Amino acid sequence: MMTITQTKTDSSLTIALDGRLDTTSAPDLEAVCKNGLDGVSELTIDMEKLDYMSSAGLRVILAMQKRMLEQGSMKVVNVNDIIMEIFEITGFADILTIE
Amino acid sequence: MKCIHCIGKNDNNRPSFTAQEMTVEATIENIPAVIEFVDGHLVALGCPPKVVWQINIAIDELFGNIAHYAYDPDTGPATVRVEVEDDPMTVLITFIDHGKPYDPLAAADPDTTLSAEARKIGGLGVFLVKKTMDDISYEYRNGQNILHIRKRIRDK
Repeated sequence: MMTITQTKTDSSLTIALDGRLDTTSAPDLEAVCKNGLDGVSELTIDMEKLDYMSSAGLRVILAMQKRMLEQGSMKVVNVNDIIMEIFEITGFADILTIE
Repeated sequence: MKCIHCIGKNDNNRPSFTAQEMTVEATIENIPAVIEFVDGHLVALGCPPKVVWQINIAIDELFGNIAHYAYDPDTGPATVRVEVEDDPMTVLITFIDHGKPYDPLAAADPDTTLSAEARKIGGLGVFLVKKTMDDISYEYRNGQNILHIRKRIRDK
């Protein structure tokens, strides 16, 4: 289960994730990726309250990164140890901007 | 000598089927129930949260694969079994389905050095399980896909 909270200021959007980004919850974030990024040039994904992420979550994060490379910038913030390990194992640590 | 605990044996020492393993329809909707079932055992064993989450991810990947592909386009049952070994304390989780023969370990590992633009979306799930579990093995026997994962949860 995951809660998605979006905060938008002009062309900046922050998406805060709370819970688990997995097979069950990834479609919710995918819907934001497909429908909620028009006109967004600065995207921040806040993972402070995210427990973990499976490959279903990685797929959506990658789709968002690809989209934002075309229209602006994206950064991922407040990544916990287990998610950082997942980013490192999969090479996502090299393709994402993690702060 | 390794000692195998059969979690959920009753007083007559007969395996308590529902407590030691669960069989459910292999659907995405049932992933949380499988995770809850396995977590119950892990928490009782004093498993560190990080390892619980790594195992949760493995269940999401492996049970998710069964739900997506084993019986496609129909659905069918899958069994998840939990066993524990002592010294060092290690959890063994077995996923069994009788869908299409499919060895998830046969695919090549993804190239994790590609740029975001060059990356294909997908193919990372089993790779992630391979890297975070201590062992993963697959066999096809008696018309069943049988996938085992093993993870040490404590040093002693």
